[in-house]
Amino acid sequence: MFDWIRPRELKQLGMLSMNKRNIDYIARYNDRSAFPLVDNKLLTKQIVDEYEVASPSLLQVVREQHEIAHFREQVANLDGFAIKPAKGSGGKGILVITGREGEDFLKPSGSRISLADIERHLSNILAGLYSLGGSPDVAVIEALVRSEPRLSAYSHQGVPDIRIVVFKGYPVMAMLRLATQASDGKANLHQGAVGVGLNLANGHALNAVQFDRPISEHPDNGLRLSDIRIDNWRYLLGMASRCYEATGLGYMGVDLVVDETRGPLLLELNARPGLAIQIANGQGLLPRLHAVEALKRPHLTPEERVHWAMGEAGAEEIMQPRPLETSFAPALHA
Amino acid sequence: MIRRSRAPFYLAVMLLILAGLTLAVIRHVQMGVPWLPGKQQPVWLVEARIDFEAWGEPVKVNLNIPEQPPGFYTLTEQAASPGYGFAITEQQKDRRAEWTIRNASGPQTLYFKTRLIPDAYAQEAPLEPGPVDATEVFLEEPAATAASALLQQAEARSSGPASLTRELITLLTSQTPDQNTRLLLGQESLSSTLVQLLNSAGIPARIADGLKLEDARRQQTLEPWLQVHDGDRWLTFDPRTGAQGVPEDVLLWRQTQGPLLDVMGGSGSRVHFSMLRQTLPALQILRSEASSDRSFGALSLYQLPVEQQSMFRMLLLLPLGALVVCLMRILVGIKTSGTFMPVLIAVAFVQTSLVPGLAAFISVVTLGLVMRGYLSSLNLLLVSRISALIILVLFITAGISIIGYQMGFSTGMTVTFFPMVILAWTIERMSILWEEEGAHEVLIQGAGSLLVAILAYLVMRSPLAEHLSFNFPELHLVVLGIILLLGQYTGYKLTELRRFAPMKGYH
Repeated sequence: MFDWIRPRELKQLGMLSMNKRNIDYIARYNDRSAFPLVDNKLLTKQIVDEYEVASPSLLQVVREQHEIAHFREQVANLDGFAIKPAKGSGGKGILVITGREGEDFLKPSGSRISLADIERHLSNILAGLYSLGGSPDVAVIEALVRSEPRLSAYSHQGVPDIRIVVFKGYPVMAMLRLATQASDGKANLHQGAVGVGLNLANGHALNAVQFDRPISEHPDNGLRLSDIRIDNWRYLLGMASRCYEATGLGYMGVDLVVDETRGPLLLELNARPGLAIQIANGQGLLPRLHAVEALKRPHLTPEERVHWAMGEAGAEEIMQPRPLETSFAPALHA
Repeated sequence: MIRRSRAPFYLAVMLLILAGLTLAVIRHVQMGVPWLPGKQQPVWLVEARIDFEAWGEPVKVNLNIPEQPPGFYTLTEQAASPGYGFAITEQQKDRRAEWTIRNASGPQTLYFKTRLIPDAYAQEAPLEPGPVDATEVFLEEPAATAASALLQQAEARSSGPASLTRELITLLTSQTPDQNTRLLLGQESLSSTLVQLLNSAGIPARIADGLKLEDARRQQTLEPWLQVHDGDRWLTFDPRTGAQGVPEDVLLWRQTQGPLLDVMGGSGSRVHFSMLRQTLPALQILRSEASSDRSFGALSLYQLPVEQQSMFRMLLLLPLGALVVCLMRILVGIKTSGTFMPVLIAVAFVQTSLVPGLAAFISVVTLGLVMRGYLSSLNLLLVSRISALIILVLFITAGISIIGYQMGFSTGMTVTFFPMVILAWTIERMSILWEEEGAHEVLIQGAGSLLVAILAYLVMRSPLAEHLSFNFPELHLVVLGIILLLGQYTGYKLTELRRFAPMKGYH
């Protein structure tokens, strides 16, 4: 219970602290005026579209209380969709519908929800129940993301998503978040989702944590987490990197999912990405952030930046990585 | 990507801290304000505030002011009243402050301030020469019969003026009053009945006006006290209990026959009193005794009217509360519900004292959460939900006060010190937290908020903090400097040392 680590050890590991993240990265590299872009999912969708970053297709936007009445007609022939508050944060207020049963709708857990319940949920979103600071909000209705089966096998109900921290346009750290029974199908680490650190060089699993403690198998289905490989890794990193051009945010978290038909899609951007990714990777962010800051001539295109980041992570050397061992020596210490 | 040099910032902060410390040292050396609260002598600052409506003609106001009240030594007297001529007159032991102005109209406010040192050995006022006679009293039937019956009853059990007075008070304040008592008290107040009875028995008696001294009280009024002459001197009795003598915390403001306040050229006059217990160093008291109109330094808060001083005493503690919140959130990393909610709760604790305050706070929030559960099922819009919650909190507060009062706990009443809107928002936040993250998180944040509130309370309540913040207001520059420096802290929080503990495996 009372397990502590000395500040000196944390420093040697290069762990980024909350205070340092806020002062030295978010306040310094993230322009306040860009925050609304990422705090509003609707704006994010529109802006990244111009930079060839795909996101789940937009079905409908409910802006006013009276529009809720039309919602019924519009969803009449839809099987699955997701309702999100545009200004929600941390996955709050997201309602996912995966199917129908008679008049009722089905949630990923299999439980039923009536149309009246959905309409009440929409009304709550409009009132600002889930938005930052309780300001009035709009509800965004998106097409359902059906996760690529190889990845979804690792997740309990929810869609696994990939969080990539992008610093000045360079991907610096990545992890895969898997929902569990404990997290109630949500990919939220502090609710009990599993975080799997991903090798930036090739998208292979490094090691995994649940509730901040290392694990090696998925707690629900017992699959070995070290076997996880993300396909199209370079493309995913490229997508994340392009979001830098789209928003201008120097330090952000990019959340991606892989759809079985449409491929990688952007779920949301986060201007204040959390620190748990460091525990999932077993490494601190600071050495990598410093390496980017030390670049005399930053790369201009997303492709160059991704290439550099993968090279820094040892893309050539590590042909056959041995995950869950400390073989991944941070090549960024240079 | 703004990357300015931090040197000017640190220089400015250092200057700020240095300026604060230097000013404090100067005040200490020049004014003799001590660093520690212990080396001080209490001084009561009593302020009489007169309000009236002037009629637009010459105005003359006079107020009875104390002269050598028993148990106190008068240090300074001062009047604040722009445009008015002021003088202190004295006629036949009747000491009066007199304000005059050629022309005034509209609402007027006059202040009279006096500083008193509690002094058990203070000289009593010299007695007026010549014998003191009882005033003649004419009572009408049936009061006269009742009075003489009551007096006979009391005289039978007493041996002198003092014991007679005690007996009369006992009879008049008895739990089961007889017919005579009821008749007399039905016409006059207790104290004037006593004066009439004693005078008709040939014992000189009068009503004196006393002021109960409590720190930082405002809008107080005078209470009647009974004075009886035993042939040598005036004895003072509490007409409510019969106790003889003036309690330490009572100042006899008026001991003469004249009216307390007399206003010519105006109407609707009222006088009320504010008081403040100051602590001044003995050195300074000596100094102001030597020259009573000398100010306590141009930058001293003691210059303000007493009402504002009481307010400032509270306000000046707020920065310390804010500092505690900064320390707990930035260095320790405790989660609280609402950034400065703990400070406001701590301020309420200062008024209620800790344990009753905690009990009241927890019960209001718990009841509020239960009711909020019902509100959330009503599916209301946010604004009306919060508004409804504010009204519910009001009901809960009133309920707790009434039930507490009925059960004999005056602590129930203290709940009114909590800011309603803050309570309502706290309940709303806690409730949303409960729905989204579960009871565990509510407990963590609730306990965190209360912990920070209690710490802030302890800091704000400590005599040293109270003394320094009020006597050395410039030290707040130092607090400001520390808070600015804390805003630059990029190191690990204490809680992160635990959170990141699994990283030990990768070291």
